[in-house]
Amino acid sequence: MDRKLKVVHYLNQFFGQIGGEEKADTAPLKKDGTVGPGLLFQQLLGQEAEIVGTVICGDNHFNENLETAKEAVLELVKGYRPDLLLAGPAFNAGRYGTACGAVCEEVAGRLAIPAVTGMFPENPGVDLYKKSVYIIETKPSSMGMKDAAQQMVGLALKLAKGESLGSPAEEGYIARGVRKNYFAKERGATRAVDMLLSKMKGEPFVTEYPMPVFDRVEPSPPIEDLSQITLALITSGGIVPKGNPDHVESSSASKYGKYDIQTAEALSPETYETTHGGYDPTYANQDPHRVLPLDVIRDLEREGVIRDIYPYYYATVGNGTSVANAKKFAQEIAKDLLRDGVQAVIISST
Amino acid sequence: MALELGRIPIEGIRWGRATRIEEKVLLIHREELIERTWGGDSRITSLDADLAMPGESVRIIPIKDVIQPRVKVEGGGGIFPGLVSGKEKVGNGRTHVLEGCSVMTVGRIVGFQEGMLDMAGPGARYSSFSKLLNVVLVIDVKKGITQQEHEEALRLAGLRAAAYLGEAGRSITPAEIDHFESLESRSTKSSLPKVAYVYMLLSQGLLHDTYIYGQDLKALQPMLILPTEVMDGAVVSGNCVSACDKNTTYHHLNNPIIEELSKRDGVDLHFAAVVVTNANVTLLDKEQSSSYTAKLVEQLDVDGVIISKEGFGNPDADAMMNCAKIEERGISTVLITDEFAGADGGSQSLADAHPRANALVSVGNANTPITLPPMERVIGDVQILGRLAGGHPDSHSEDGEITVELQVILGATNELGFEALSSKEI
Repeated sequence: MDRKLKVVHYLNQFFGQIGGEEKADTAPLKKDGTVGPGLLFQQLLGQEAEIVGTVICGDNHFNENLETAKEAVLELVKGYRPDLLLAGPAFNAGRYGTACGAVCEEVAGRLAIPAVTGMFPENPGVDLYKKSVYIIETKPSSMGMKDAAQQMVGLALKLAKGESLGSPAEEGYIARGVRKNYFAKERGATRAVDMLLSKMKGEPFVTEYPMPVFDRVEPSPPIEDLSQITLALITSGGIVPKGNPDHVESSSASKYGKYDIQTAEALSPETYETTHGGYDPTYANQDPHRVLPLDVIRDLEREGVIRDIYPYYYATVGNGTSVANAKKFAQEIAKDLLRDGVQAVIISST
Repeated sequence: MALELGRIPIEGIRWGRATRIEEKVLLIHREELIERTWGGDSRITSLDADLAMPGESVRIIPIKDVIQPRVKVEGGGGIFPGLVSGKEKVGNGRTHVLEGCSVMTVGRIVGFQEGMLDMAGPGARYSSFSKLLNVVLVIDVKKGITQQEHEEALRLAGLRAAAYLGEAGRSITPAEIDHFESLESRSTKSSLPKVAYVYMLLSQGLLHDTYIYGQDLKALQPMLILPTEVMDGAVVSGNCVSACDKNTTYHHLNNPIIEELSKRDGVDLHFAAVVVTNANVTLLDKEQSSSYTAKLVEQLDVDGVIISKEGFGNPDADAMMNCAKIEERGISTVLITDEFAGADGGSQSLADAHPRANALVSVGNANTPITLPPMERVIGDVQILGRLAGGHPDSHSEDGEITVELQVILGATNELGFEALSSKEI
């Protein structure tokens, strides 16, 4: 049976007509029907959908009480049992943008209904929420209200009806940085030849994967006196205690292990092995030092070249592991090492 | 100089009293197939032959290689030269191709990176191999032999089986004949844009190797090869790399880039040459191979180059070097690659990047999870799934469903552009 989609609109104190900066502490509240820019949205939604309620919260209140405000807004939204949420647009207002992003993420994630907001690309809410939220790109100020509303409504209706979306540029939203598989009309080889012909003729072509911006790390200055340092060992070559107690995956690792080597003089093939699935493990299993050189590092310790070895080593598998996971591992491991006064690390990869 | 590919459609496979083709049905004498596949190799201890048809509820795991049966009917040399035939140059005369079927080698795991294939259900959509009539050889070898010997024994057995079945097509009249003028014998004077193909092949050693006329590619310089030599099996896979983007021998024989460039040769482009290059492990080797490849391409005086890839991670560096060095010479490139963007698609997709690599074709995010229903029959050993790249120790759920990454499906993100899968930003 066809029925109108129910929509809830989220606004801040200003667009919600409560007041200006002096009312930014307003706690979440609801008003049935449209408020302020909601009228324009309702016109654009036409007969297909109806804004049944508006939830309003002061920007300061939301940002200063993020967790409780999110919860309170969610409860108010839920009360309307909506099919769709629209938030803002927030243009270039930072606190409003953050609130719109958080509300959309919460509603889409927990109520499993589509949520769309709009922001100027420099709004800090964009970086915080673009991965999980559809954010229509807007002008910096409310001069761009009409365009923003039109695009927000267009995208929201498509999402609510489960229609397939075009590219972010076609739909007008800020790319979420998320890759999604689909079946193209032509096989890859045909697409490659078509793209090359366009490129050679100087005609426009669209790469299917724009180059990422690489996170290049500046090397630290050399250590002058090694004899005073604690050295740690890390490997992405998968050397783990036999039996792989933490179940570190052989590829696409979602975790790393931290293993005690305080009393280990060396790594024997009876007690250590590799879980890495990207290379022939024969040689690493014969002698794990080929990947994690504890034996020679112990020699250096005895010879006084370094003061000592950090009592744990860390191991993961680099094979197909996403850069995002690797970055997360590194941040956690670096925190440990800095806390425990480690000055140098040898990272062995494979 | 030219090669004719005579295409013989196979629409059914059955065990029979003699191996022959009758009314588009390939009848196979099972015992003879087993004996000829075995080939007296004392490393092989058991060998069984099974059939898997499209739409049948069958899961095949772990698969090492897929090979199309072919036979050389006229012209020098034999199929898969240097491995199961002599070393004489191939690529001329007439070759008969059994279309619609394959030989698959399966058996105890050699490396972690072997593949899985479902013949029905949602997984079947991701691989062209699910649409083939497959002769599946389950082979076991002596305990105690090295993994390298294990790989070689199965590789050669698969080639012998494909050559044996190919023989059935020797005196059959093909339904279609495709004619490929050899590139070496054509005039280079063409007003159409000149295109070369840079064919990157994995050659990292340690079960990650490719063979040309039986030679291990990691010890070879980048070099020219004729498309017709590739069609006669001059390039053979010896790779235990991730199933999704491993170029199997079947992919080489039916290289879609070579097919596409051949089809459009003289229409909207001039197909100038194929440069085979390797993807070795050390930085020095990478620099050497990419510099030499760029030099060869420049010498060919082409306007554009298609670069294909095999594997991921480490070979991303080779791919970027090839792209950058060829572009620096004013030659346009398009690179075909898959992506490892994480299960949620939110991570960076490649292990290396270069601003000059501005025209990429993506054949999909191999980290994407997929849930597959149980199949009625398993050929091989499904318990091995937890040890394969793309599987996890907890891939099996209690109701028999499995959740894996596309990575484990053979050919799912083939970087020769064999499939239609792609990935886009949302």
